[in-house]
Amino acid sequence: MAVIGYLHSLQSLGAVDGPGLRYVVFLQGCPSRCIYCHNPDTWDFSGGTPYKPAAVVEKILRYRSYLKNGGVTVTGGEPLSQPEFVAELFRLLQAEGIHTALDTSGVCAPDTTRQVLQYTNLVLADVKFCTADAYRRYCGIDFSQVVQFLTLVREMGIPMWARHVVVPGLNDTPEDIRSLAAFLAAYPNTEKVELLPFRKLCLEKYRQLSIPFPLENTPEASDAEMTRLAEYLPPSLR
Amino acid sequence: MNTIQWEGFVPGTWQDTIDVRDFIQHNYTPYEGDGAFLTSPTERTRKLLHKLENLFALEREFGGVLDIDTNTVTSLLNYKPGYLDRENELIVGLQTDRPLKRGVNPFGGLRMTRDACHAYGYELSRKVEDEFLYRTTHNDGVFRVYNKETRAARHCGLITGLPDAYGRGRIIGDYRRVALYGINRLIEEKQRDKDRLSLEDMDVDHIRQQEELYQQINFLGKLRDMAALYGFDITKPAETTQEAIQWLYFGYLGAIKEQNGAAMSLGRVSTFLDIYIERDFRKGRLTEEQAQELMDDFVMKLRMARHLRTPEYNELFGGDPMWITEALGGMGEDGRTLVTRNTFRMLHTLYNLKPAAEPNLTVLWSQNLPESFKRFCAKVSCDTDAIQYENDDLMRPQFGDDYAIACCVSAMKIGKQMQFFGARANLAKLLLMALNGGRDEKQNIQVGPVHEPYQGEYLDYDKVLELLDFYRPWLARMYANTMNVIHYMHDKYAYEKTQMALHDTDVHRFMAFGIAGMSVLADSLSAIRYARVRCIRDEETGLITDYEVSGEYPAFGNDDDRVDRIACEQVEAFYRELAKQKLYRGAEPTLSILTITSNVVYGKKTGSTPDGRKAGEPFAPGANPMHGREKNGALAALNSVAKLSYRYCKDGISNTFSIVPQALGKTEADRLTNLIAILDGYFGQMAHHLNVNVLNRETLIDAYHNPEKYPNLTIRVSGYAVNFYKLTREQQREVIARTFHETM
Repeated sequence: MAVIGYLHSLQSLGAVDGPGLRYVVFLQGCPSRCIYCHNPDTWDFSGGTPYKPAAVVEKILRYRSYLKNGGVTVTGGEPLSQPEFVAELFRLLQAEGIHTALDTSGVCAPDTTRQVLQYTNLVLADVKFCTADAYRRYCGIDFSQVVQFLTLVREMGIPMWARHVVVPGLNDTPEDIRSLAAFLAAYPNTEKVELLPFRKLCLEKYRQLSIPFPLENTPEASDAEMTRLAEYLPPSLR
Repeated sequence: MNTIQWEGFVPGTWQDTIDVRDFIQHNYTPYEGDGAFLTSPTERTRKLLHKLENLFALEREFGGVLDIDTNTVTSLLNYKPGYLDRENELIVGLQTDRPLKRGVNPFGGLRMTRDACHAYGYELSRKVEDEFLYRTTHNDGVFRVYNKETRAARHCGLITGLPDAYGRGRIIGDYRRVALYGINRLIEEKQRDKDRLSLEDMDVDHIRQQEELYQQINFLGKLRDMAALYGFDITKPAETTQEAIQWLYFGYLGAIKEQNGAAMSLGRVSTFLDIYIERDFRKGRLTEEQAQELMDDFVMKLRMARHLRTPEYNELFGGDPMWITEALGGMGEDGRTLVTRNTFRMLHTLYNLKPAAEPNLTVLWSQNLPESFKRFCAKVSCDTDAIQYENDDLMRPQFGDDYAIACCVSAMKIGKQMQFFGARANLAKLLLMALNGGRDEKQNIQVGPVHEPYQGEYLDYDKVLELLDFYRPWLARMYANTMNVIHYMHDKYAYEKTQMALHDTDVHRFMAFGIAGMSVLADSLSAIRYARVRCIRDEETGLITDYEVSGEYPAFGNDDDRVDRIACEQVEAFYRELAKQKLYRGAEPTLSILTITSNVVYGKKTGSTPDGRKAGEPFAPGANPMHGREKNGALAALNSVAKLSYRYCKDGISNTFSIVPQALGKTEADRLTNLIAILDGYFGQMAHHLNVNVLNRETLIDAYHNPEKYPNLTIRVSGYAVNFYKLTREQQREVIARTFHETM
């Protein structure tokens, strides 16, 4: 019997989650609670629309003509909370010759994750902070799990893009970016570091869900600031 | 046959018969490189542009019309020569004696001319009124014959935008012929046709044709004389690039002096002109900078073209458009690209002269276009929002490789095919009428045949389809009848003498019908089928005037076959009914899904619909999904539209795609690559047309509040480009409310 995935939504045009044009699959449910989370509506594990992997593939194939230089990105929620589903989905997609990207926080169980990575062309790893303390405080995540995940990705030789949300006042000093670069130096499979500006477009979602947004009063990161911070990354990773 | 002006051209059958395509194929130089060779505007161009911009600003201040000559009926020889800057212009010729001054053209209809003058504070002169006292206009003729069905259908907005009070337009003269052959040769050929055909049986068709040929020849003479007023002898072929552009432009100018058709499109001239430029390069008598300067000057002339319209007209076709559509690029039947350096130069005018709505630059997209050209187009789209794309791989098999686009999306072989423009029928309203037994839901008048209205509280899909099947044939027949009347009268009282002189005598005619409200109809039927729709009847009249939708239904624009199939079925069914009708002059029926900006007016005239849309709310433009109902992102919306078959909509399927730059990619390089992927992906499925806007809604909102800050803000709407500030406030709000794909 095919494994069932619980999907939050499907987005046919993604142009900022991995290379090229991408079909983006949002999974429902996330174990982390990052304070700047953009998609609080994907947290709840009890929601989502059930899909079989083959049914999702069938939908995706209708977009094949657009995806030549791109592919499919699975994000969430946390994709690695539904590893069997993602593994099967990626297996089927790769069999169709479609590039697969996994956007994850790295919070996962290593044994099942290996199955997913086996069919993953690119890992978009959200490296949110560089210390266990910050991870615990701002995301409720055990840093050692993240490191374990990144080590597994390295060991399996899968190309990786690190993504890092820059929040003013939290992790926006040159020192923050330098330590990120230093941390990633241990992972030579890193092809690129994407600094993502903190934005508050999600405020409305929080209001609708009656969840307080912890960073309501934090300013957004400016484009100029982002350009300036990118200077602290090694040129090969910008 | 040979002449000195053709020296340096590769000979071919084009010398013996009028065959511009053959000339192009033998002589053009495909270009596969990038835009690095392009040059900036010269000092002269800058100065001239500055002068022109001042005039545009003045025109804006004057409420959109700078001046009207109310004393002179526009035609080829009725004005003294006019100039923007006589000493510094490279290409000359204005519609009237002064820049941006509009002429009056009462041949289509006197009242419309009178009203248009009034709207801008002018009075049509006694002289012109008197001249038309004993003259029948196209509009007079039509209303002598319209029956009560047509009148009622027009009145309630079941059919709207019909060319029955102004020129029908959508006819593209092959203006290149003037440059390549010169007027004398064109007159000779037409005279020969006339002589030959004068020996046929003199039935109605041949008599009419004889008179038309007489008029064509007469107006070719006027065109020659018009050029002479400017000091040019165009009896012979053009010898240089400057002459070629000038001759060609005179042809176009003659057409727009004679006719005020809604769409007065240019054709496909850039690659043709490239041949002259390359020849001049070879002869060492032209530099790249000079070539660009000539193209810039030519485009400035085109941007000055104007017609006098009423405010009601502007509500339908917002932004003072002329649809000076120029088709660019595409591939030849032999596999060589038709992109030349001059294709790049034409697009480059959007930088040298800043973005603008005219000419309506239309890229004929093929999967096989050179990559560097694709990338250049994508960049122009991202930078200017001023160009549209149409699928050459879809049209070339039907129209060959020398077709052009009239108006927005109507393909025609240049000089060989013409069309009878027919605006559009409102299919959303047809549905409401079918439910109300042929009565209009807003005005409570009987429009269609009487039938028992829909009975019962909830709408049943099969029963509703039966009612549509009853009213659709009636609509098709009434619509075709109306069109036959319009075009009979247009031929009789406002025949396009200059433009038809630049067509083959034996011309193929299309009758171009249209649809508005396609996505409203599809969503309504989907709601009836997949959700529950309750009728709310007006207590007094008993008419169903509102609907209550409970439950979810698949909406058009989500790549959901359940509803997309309904859309396809309805379009096909309507086309099949139209194809059964007997059409004037044996025209071939075609259909478009295109609204221009009339989706706003159509919405205003249409009551609440079973999809949950409230009375008066705008429709989506063209074949677009309804605003805000696309839940699966931009590509899903594109896929839905791509399912509509060109087979039944050979006059075009318009789709407008707006995306914020940040959602298209993080860097410019990414955005260009991704836009190319979107275009290749969409057209690879044999979709027809795409307008591309890459901009933020915030920009539009700011332009809405501070129009003076954005004189050049150009956006694509259904099939054409407009200066945003020229739209009515209502149209601006509608554009702002549209779906902008912005998921990041």
